[in-house]
Amino acid sequence: MHLHKLEKWWLILGVSALIIFLIVLGFGAFYMGTHPQSHGLTIDPNNVEANEAFQQENLGLTKVDEDHYIVNVVASAFNYDLGVDEDGNSVSHIKIPKGASVLFQVVTTDVIHGFNIAGTNVNMMVEPGYVSSMEVQMNNVGEFTLLCNEYCGVGHHMMFTTVEVYE
Amino acid sequence: MALANLQTFEDISTESIVITKTDSKLYLSFIYVAIISLFLGGLMGLLQVLVRTGEFTLPFGIGYYQILTFHGVVLALVLTTFFIIGFQFALMGKTVGISEKQRKFAWLAFWVMTIGTSMTAVTILIGKANVLYTFYAPLKAHPLFYIGLALVVVGTWIAAIVNWRQLFVWKKQIPNQKSPLLAFMVTINMIMWVIASLGVAVAVLVQFIPWSLGFAETINVLLSRTLFWYFGHPLVYFWLLPAYMAWYAIIPKIIGGKLFSDSLARLSFILFLFFSIPVGFHHQLTEPGIDPTWKFIQVVLTFMVIIPSLMTAFSMFATFEITGRKKGHKGLFGWFKNLPWQDVRFFAPFVGMLAFIPGGIGGIINASHQMNTVVHNTIWVTGHFHLTVATTVLLTFFGIAYWLIPHLTGRKLTRKIHRLGIYQTVVWAIGMTIMSGAMHIQGLLGGPRRSSYSEYGGSEQAVDWGAYQMAQAVGGTILFIGIILMVYIFIYLVFFAPEGNEEFPIAEEENHAPATPKWMENWKLWIGITIALILFAYTIPVVDIIQNAPPGSPPFDAIIGN
Ligand SMILES: [Cu+2]
Repeated sequence: MHLHKLEKWWLILGVSALIIFLIVLGFGAFYMGTHPQSHGLTIDPNNVEANEAFQQENLGLTKVDEDHYIVNVVASAFNYDLGVDEDGNSVSHIKIPKGASVLFQVVTTDVIHGFNIAGTNVNMMVEPGYVSSMEVQMNNVGEFTLLCNEYCGVGHHMMFTTVEVYE
Repeated sequence: MALANLQTFEDISTESIVITKTDSKLYLSFIYVAIISLFLGGLMGLLQVLVRTGEFTLPFGIGYYQILTFHGVVLALVLTTFFIIGFQFALMGKTVGISEKQRKFAWLAFWVMTIGTSMTAVTILIGKANVLYTFYAPLKAHPLFYIGLALVVVGTWIAAIVNWRQLFVWKKQIPNQKSPLLAFMVTINMIMWVIASLGVAVAVLVQFIPWSLGFAETINVLLSRTLFWYFGHPLVYFWLLPAYMAWYAIIPKIIGGKLFSDSLARLSFILFLFFSIPVGFHHQLTEPGIDPTWKFIQVVLTFMVIIPSLMTAFSMFATFEITGRKKGHKGLFGWFKNLPWQDVRFFAPFVGMLAFIPGGIGGIINASHQMNTVVHNTIWVTGHFHLTVATTVLLTFFGIAYWLIPHLTGRKLTRKIHRLGIYQTVVWAIGMTIMSGAMHIQGLLGGPRRSSYSEYGGSEQAVDWGAYQMAQAVGGTILFIGIILMVYIFIYLVFFAPEGNEEFPIAEEENHAPATPKWMENWKLWIGITIALILFAYTIPVVDIIQNAPPGSPPFDAIIGN
């Protein structure tokens, strides 16, 4: 089969760029550990409390040590359960100091939900039967909307809460 | 062996086949369904952008997610599939012919698809299937929704078998001749489609239908999604390849040129067959339960499909330049300035090609493993596929319709329609630039896709997104004007254009074009490599998904309003 000389150059250039892209992605993923969320831990969606992290008293924000936090969330249509505060009201706003490292662990008790802190790299699918988990450093100050970005039913767009990163 | 590989086809030109009135009726029926779908699906799109401004509420208790489901199913699945099957039947009829028996089976395909479509459409319209066109479990639609979709797929399989049979019969009559380029392309596209749709068929027949009818108590959600996306990505190539057929083999004729390279066109289609299917994980990158190494392997395979797209881009512009220079246009860009800009059969697909530049780049970003996290399920993705399928593919389909409909109805594409079609294309380009541009930016700011209007408790971010949703409403309204123009053009070409003959443009090879090697039609080898790649990319992760499956999910239908 005959290839035009310019076409050879065009393809060499294109394929080289492709290889460079893939090396950059592979380097990031395997060497720097920037793989997308792929947690493999399973859970019974009808009994998420079997996992200690998702028992009512452990939901929401927990300080593990200086600059290290865990946020456990149970998602269901159309709400993120972040536990209750001292007065027994459900939490709908969490505050995290800037630069803290936060481990988000999320499960669903019904259908698939999204878990996206809009404008940040926290973006996961939450599927029945699996724990979605992602650790990030919250480096940008501001008030962010944590919202469901996978359709989950008629109230999907009402499923949100807020996350504040403070100085 | 080496000698066998070097064998080339004899080149006996065959006289062109005339499409009869009876055949035309078949091809046109598919296109009529596509036109009706364009109008209804487009109307739903208009309503969506209006709702998302926050200034407009749907009347009669119609739900946002109901019209969103209708929009997705009717445009992404019905419009595309009917247009493609009809167009491909016309290509096969023109290049290799259709027998009476084949025509009967083609009609069977049409009716099975149409009945399936009606069943699915009705369940959506009565509000029993607000599950969007991806119908992710464990959201449960009415069983007829899934049964209807299964019928549409079965109908396309009948069409595929007829297409393959058409080429087979032709080959038997003229054994040493290479198959016509367009017939070759249709065959490849239908091989890809059938192998890919097996995934969704298994999901629907084995998982969804028994579960929605109550015969199975639970469903393996991750498996159903994996089967869906095994199908869902090749689906987009099933839309794109018919556009490439027009670009490679029809546009050169329209601009008065010849095929750039018969072998190159075939090779790029073979590469699309290989690399369209073993790549579905790039839609599941942020998903739990799938090993990230396997995700990365499928990302690498996804990127391979860029190679035939680069080949296509080169061929297009090479054809444009060679044709222009042959006509005597001088200078560095004389050939470009003198392209037939007044010819809507060229202009509409050309604008579609331009849209594929940002569309393709966006696709590379989406598939880039960890980078996907930034845009996953944001409205950036919606912006992306409105450039690719709703501009590149759709404008090319419009470009085809301008000659195909009058050719089949025995009418003329008038000067007036050329001009109106050019306005239509410009309207589309403007509307889409505004709407898709606003979607891309809002997505980068974190705005979610598939969501009705929401102020998110009055958050500042939601206020920012509101401005872009306004822009989308402006763009979407302009696009709906484009749809009305197009529907008018269709109706005019079907019923009112003056009678006459419109050409069925098929480009020929250059006189001394290098012969096409025989190995190009080694179907068993191509299918074998395709299946080997699929088994490589999917076996281990799918076994893992099944073996390490969590307890299954019962159906949920109350939350979608059932
Ligand atoms: Cu949700």
